[in-house]
Amino acid sequence: MAASPVIEFRNVSYRVGDTQVLSSLNLQVHSGEVLVLLGRSGSGKTTTLKLVNRLVSPTTGEVWVKGQPTSQMDITTLRRSIGYVIQEVGLFPHFKVARNIGLVPKIAGWPEPRIRARVDELLQLTGLAPEIALRYPHQLSGGQRQRVGVARALAADPEILLMDEPFGALDPLTRDELQREFMSLQKRLRKTVVFVTHDLREAMRLASRIALMEAGKLVTVLSPEEFLKSTDPWPAAYVKAFGDRLESAATEGTS
Amino acid sequence: MSFLEFILHNHAQVLALTLEHLWLVGLSTLLATLIGIPLGILIAHWPRLNKPVLASANIIQTVPSLALFGFLLPVPWLGDRADRLAILALTLYALLPIIRNTYTGIRGVDPAVIEAGRGMGLTESQLLVQVELPLALSVLLSGVRTAVVISVGLATIAAAIGAGGLGELIFRGLAMVDNHVILAGAVPAALLALLADLSIGWLEKRLQPR
Repeated sequence: MAASPVIEFRNVSYRVGDTQVLSSLNLQVHSGEVLVLLGRSGSGKTTTLKLVNRLVSPTTGEVWVKGQPTSQMDITTLRRSIGYVIQEVGLFPHFKVARNIGLVPKIAGWPEPRIRARVDELLQLTGLAPEIALRYPHQLSGGQRQRVGVARALAADPEILLMDEPFGALDPLTRDELQREFMSLQKRLRKTVVFVTHDLREAMRLASRIALMEAGKLVTVLSPEEFLKSTDPWPAAYVKAFGDRLESAATEGTS
Repeated sequence: MSFLEFILHNHAQVLALTLEHLWLVGLSTLLATLIGIPLGILIAHWPRLNKPVLASANIIQTVPSLALFGFLLPVPWLGDRADRLAILALTLYALLPIIRNTYTGIRGVDPAVIEAGRGMGLTESQLLVQVELPLALSVLLSGVRTAVVISVGLATIAAAIGAGGLGELIFRGLAMVDNHVILAGAVPAALLALLADLSIGWLEKRLQPR
């Protein structure tokens, strides 16, 4: 593992009014790994993700990204250096796919031919046909939209990728396909990924390490294999709830 | 003499009054748009201002138009010329639908789209110009459309304070108890309203986000 973490949560707490959303979170994410934040709705995993690109600012504590506290970084620069994919995709409905993907490079001032080349490259990378570039989001299937979402996040070649249940709204077959593609993509690109899900099977498959969260607290961080064997009550409860065949998912992920 | 004959005989005058009418409506709508859209944007992003702004615009709307014209009459610079006064009153009336629809349009943009944009590193102004306004545009335009249609009707009353426009024919007809003269003012006014409604409606459809 790399010496210094790419993302580091240093004793981070987040409170809204009287609700403690996150309490004293300490967590490191290393270069090139896929850290999966696993937990129920309301466990604080999405908040944790949003702390990285400062869509949420900590009440106390600090988040460090690439050796700098985010509170001292220019927020726009920080966000443009991080890819962000969400479940609802959030494609701009009034832009064609090409413009959706090319938006960040465009506002970063890339010349037009370079943007066009990059869009073509990303479409290919995410398994989309070139003619998709000229369609509007509403003309795409759910799987295609999510692929465009991933392509858009990768546009400016960020080192970090934040993914908030990106495959959650897809049908099982499409989800399986996208998970598979994500794994092979990650093998090539080696991004530092923080991935939120409540699906243990997905976590097993994609994770380098799984960070289990419950009620705003980090319960434990384990590799998929360790997670399966763990006798701690929380991981064991997850393993029980998701039943058998998890073993195969875990080996599939690492193979 | 039928009302068509009246219009034919007095076509120059009817035309002049129609243009005057258009001027009143056009300028007041322009002013209301210039004030209303920024206000709508402001309250969409600053929810605390939402209630006071919309309430004020609502209250203005409830003042009877003749009374409003009357209230404004003693105001120094305004009272000098009836058309200034009429334009100000019409502007005030047009504000509510424009502010409200700008607000509704922006609030109606899918929060996931806004969040994705913000997360990607769009600044607030880029978000406004590239995402929120284009997506709110058709709702916003429908507010302008409502404002124009209301203004065309209200502007006829401006003739009561001598601001001109097609209302002049209507008031003259009322005084003369001559329906043809009333119609010579009312029919072109109705046509203007219809035309504005259709053309802005067409624009609205064309600019509808997918």
